Amino acid sequence: MTERFTSRGFFGKRRDAGTDRADRIPPGQYLTDGFPVLSAGPTPQIPLETWEFTIDGLVAEPMRWSWEQFQSLPSRDWTVDISCVTKWTKLDTRWHGVSVDDLLAAVEIDPRAGFLTAQSYGGYTTNLPLTDVVNNQAFVAWQYDGAPLEPPHGGPARLVVPHLYFWKSAKWVRGLRLMEKDQPGFWESLGYHIRGDPWREERYSGD
Amino acid sequence: MPEPLAWQIATVTGVRPESAEVKSFTLALPAWRPHRAGQHYDVRLTAEDGYQAQRSYSIGSPPSQTGEVEVTIERIPDGEVSPYFHDVLRVGDQVEVRGPIGGYFVWEPALGGPLLLVAGGSGVVPLMAMLRERSAAGDDTPTALLYSSRTLDDVIYREEIDALAVAKDGVGAFQTLTRSQPPDWTGYARRIDREMLSEVLASIGPQPLAYICGPTLLVEAAANGLVELGVPPARVRTERFGPTT
Amino acid sequence: MDDPLMLDANAVAGDLAEMFGFDVSGSVHRCTNCGNQGAVATLLAYVHGPGTVLRCCICHEIVMRWVRTPTRIYLDARGAAYMEMGLS
Repeated sequence: MTERFTSRGFFGKRRDAGTDRADRIPPGQYLTDGFPVLSAGPTPQIPLETWEFTIDGLVAEPMRWSWEQFQSLPSRDWTVDISCVTKWTKLDTRWHGVSVDDLLAAVEIDPRAGFLTAQSYGGYTTNLPLTDVVNNQAFVAWQYDGAPLEPPHGGPARLVVPHLYFWKSAKWVRGLRLMEKDQPGFWESLGYHIRGDPWREERYSGD
Repeated sequence: MPEPLAWQIATVTGVRPESAEVKSFTLALPAWRPHRAGQHYDVRLTAEDGYQAQRSYSIGSPPSQTGEVEVTIERIPDGEVSPYFHDVLRVGDQVEVRGPIGGYFVWEPALGGPLLLVAGGSGVVPLMAMLRERSAAGDDTPTALLYSSRTLDDVIYREEIDALAVAKDGVGAFQTLTRSQPPDWTGYARRIDREMLSEVLASIGPQPLAYICGPTLLVEAAANGLVELGVPPARVRTERFGPTT
Repeated sequence: MDDPLMLDANAVAGDLAEMFGFDVSGSVHRCTNCGNQGAVATLLAYVHGPGTVLRCCICHEIVMRWVRTPTRIYLDARGAAYMEMGLS
């Protein structure tokens, strides 16, 4: 083995969290004040007139909302810390949206359902156990920092699951499909961890 | 002999300012290999704790400059790698690189012409390598360079481009300044558009081999413009840099 | 297509060379979805994410995507129906 090369004076764009906030930064993460845009494809432009949100799969009767109907659901502000698997963590992000609990309350869930796949405009998917999206752990947001969520950050609406790595927070979300088995999504099927808990540093398959 | 694309440790032997936000870095390579004009090197920085950042930078120097390459890098204020090059790296420092890479966005005299080079900002770097290659080979392919910068201070290789314009060896240089222009400016003063492309095309003929390099949105606009003007898409090669800042 | 983050696959030619053993940016691919045939370098590259995604420049469907972890590369190339590479 040769000794690993290091670049003199290179630290990256990382910032020290400071002692008062250090306990909010998961292992291997660094703090950012920006909001990096990550994408795997072109940003879909979805007119609100045609936007819809669906819950289907293992439910007695699929449920569908138009944009107008979705906006009239009970919604609230959420302030959460988010961690991206590309190693940045952003504290105190402010969102407005509806709890996934309130969405699931609109359908009768088949007792066999233990998992779901979040599906997005543009084809992205990510998988989650139901236990990670209930009890106000997850929400669908259409506002960020007091303004309509911009398309590069997932607007019109984005799933937010703040306690898992941010790839689970599907941008441009258009529905949840309930399933009996956990089925790996876009990144989970390509080496990323099936669950993605940043506090356990579950980045890659096998971590 | 290392493998063709193995990482190697280059030494910085020169740093030269090119414009307000752009510097050229000469890198001496233990395993130098001749490159083709338009190719790039990957650069990888590694922090003490193993954190890494990787970017690609175009080679500005011609292949005739052996043993070393020159990469020309614009300082992106919010960037991670370019500020390190501009603010930290000094002559004598080492940097990990691999290359030369990119066998598609290349030009050499055998590929013929007429040659149309369209650049935005530091996108001029690989295109300058092509112009230098053309000149080193004594080639007479009819050539036009259309180069868009924000201000005169942002123009890279200014003297060399001015010299091209007076050399009368078949290279036409067209420039546009999009943000501000000096009082005596005779070039274009707007973003690249179809009319501008049409005027530049008129100087070399309608079916050029075109290379476009720069910020993604400029490359999109120029490539679409050329295709609308009847240039076959297969003769338009693009190298997008990503967002402008 | 006006996505400012989009690059050409030429930009990831180094990572491709690491997987294929040599520079394939000038090699020919065929898109499984629309059948377009062209140089790998003409694919559109999305590099600002957990992995790298290359999309067809005609139909924008995914041709190749990969993830690099500290110990492995995971490559899904099912969007490339075929590839043709020069040996010299």
